[in-house]
Amino acid sequence: VKGAWPWLVPLSAVPVLALLAYGFHLNPRDVASPLIGRPAAVFTLNTFDGQPLSLADQRGKVIVLNFWASWCQPACYDEAPVLERSWRAYRDRDVVVVGVDIQDTVEAGRKFIADFSLSFPNARDVGGKTSIDYGVYGVPETFFIDRKGVIRAKHVGALTEEAFRIQVERLLGEPA
Amino acid sequence: MAQAAVALVFWLVASVAAAAEGPRDVGQVSDADVNVVASQLRCVVCQSLSVADSPSEMAAQMRQLVRERLAAGETPDQVVRYFVEKYGDWILLAPPRRGFTLLVWLLPPVAVLLGLAVAVRRVRAWTRRPAPIAEPVDAAMRERIRTELEAEP
Repeated sequence: VKGAWPWLVPLSAVPVLALLAYGFHLNPRDVASPLIGRPAAVFTLNTFDGQPLSLADQRGKVIVLNFWASWCQPACYDEAPVLERSWRAYRDRDVVVVGVDIQDTVEAGRKFIADFSLSFPNARDVGGKTSIDYGVYGVPETFFIDRKGVIRAKHVGALTEEAFRIQVERLLGEPA
Repeated sequence: MAQAAVALVFWLVASVAAAAEGPRDVGQVSDADVNVVASQLRCVVCQSLSVADSPSEMAAQMRQLVRERLAAGETPDQVVRYFVEKYGDWILLAPPRRGFTLLVWLLPPVAVLLGLAVAVRRVRAWTRRPAPIAEPVDAAMRERIRTELEAEP
């Protein structure tokens, strides 16, 4: 025991250092959402045209719920054309894209929609209740909701056409 | 002492009454009540800031939501649970005292106790060791010291 003493002190630091090294390899933005597999919270928000937009009305369709903001550079600007293209490709197949603009001004949000000629419904989350209800901690974040109204996947960061297609095809393949 | 006991009883009765009060007006929920909940929540768009301390818009919206939920008659615990339900344990500034994160609470006191035990053992070992005895000075050395001292101006 006497001979092991000098080694014991540096050796005890090894598990601590290993934990630290492991922690540095994790992506702090990669927080698992507890909402996967749970029913999507229903909401009714006003679109930029002042029309009520209710998630419950979309039940039975595959819903791609996207949280964005005009100040979210560059990720939201990267994915806006992707969302529009994907929405046009899938709109006739029982897929709906719903955009929710958070922590934004009406003018900036309108300009963003006009700049990218977004044709899917976009609403404003005034007060932030809907984004908190979805555990949103940044933009962009995208939720894929199945025909039964259950949140099945969450994508953090700019969406790609590939990611959109894979998630949507998977949910479309399931029985309604 | 008796006064303190009376004060405690009054406080308990008052808090029970407050809990049973049910819905309040949003304006009636004090900032202190909101902060009790908000200080436990991590500001989701910040680094190392609570919802109570963050100046961000998201945190302001969360504080407003906390206020509304408290006003609707929810207890602070219920409001915290709502946020955990949406964001997971990640939203809590203090890791839960169960499962893996229980280690975070247990390890520091264990490490302190271990360190204390090691320190106590060491100190005991040092104090038990007899003090070194000075080597006797022989006659020749004593003579040399004496002459050298006398030679000093």
